Amino acid sequence: MADMTRTLNALADPTRRIVFEKLARRPQAVGELARGLPVSRPAVSQHLAVLKAAGLVTDHAEGTRRVYRIDPAGLGQLRRWLDQFWDRALDAFKTEAEGQGEDE
Amino acid sequence: MNVAMKPAPIRKTVQVQVDPRRAFEVFTGRMHAWWPREHSLLGGKPRQDVVVEPRQGGRWFETATDGSECTWGHVITWEPPSRVLLAWQLDGQWKFNPDFLTEVELRFIADGAGATRVELEHRNIERYGEVAEAIRATLDSPDGWSGGLARFAAAANR
Repeated sequence: MADMTRTLNALADPTRRIVFEKLARRPQAVGELARGLPVSRPAVSQHLAVLKAAGLVTDHAEGTRRVYRIDPAGLGQLRRWLDQFWDRALDAFKTEAEGQGEDE
Repeated sequence: MNVAMKPAPIRKTVQVQVDPRRAFEVFTGRMHAWWPREHSLLGGKPRQDVVVEPRQGGRWFETATDGSECTWGHVITWEPPSRVLLAWQLDGQWKFNPDFLTEVELRFIADGAGATRVELEHRNIERYGEVAEAIRATLDSPDGWSGGLARFAAAANR
């Protein structure tokens, strides 16, 4: 669950939540985001780095700008979690299936 | 919302040393015996059972020892002993949502004498992206996404 904890921590900061919400509305570059926020552009970049590390947003270059968008609803994170979940579940299923007598 | 990325379905394969009939029975009929304990939506109440009602349209739910229930989804296709298609209807807030649906398909394929290859596919993960607007709207509410994730993480870490 380390990944999910990181997601929660990333969204625990009110400014980061606002950044995430803005990106949920539409993809934006750092400068555009910073103009609508009472924090400096470097601070916005820091928040974006945390959101990106948590798997909540992705970025790509558009000319000289770097445009951020939400990783569809933190899907990278969610998908990884589900992937690991099914590994554990199927392991447990195999143990249960092979541990049961046919005459049960 | 512009969903540029569509996540691939989750695919898993596991081989079990029992025949398909038995594998199907254990998967669907004895889910309570193997489903990971940490994945529970009962809010910390002790789990009693995980039930897949054995028919098309049957409910998929868990029950607590105090008799309360949490629905997870339903059976879309019931084809023992070779295939079952389940609707996993836990939304971005890890709550049952009848209007939200991802599919979990299980195939049980005979693999030599007395063995079965079980193939799992969990698909429509991209539909979580479609609830992004709802996530945005509820992000700041204690009962919203982050609150739901926090409760889920707390439950999962126990």
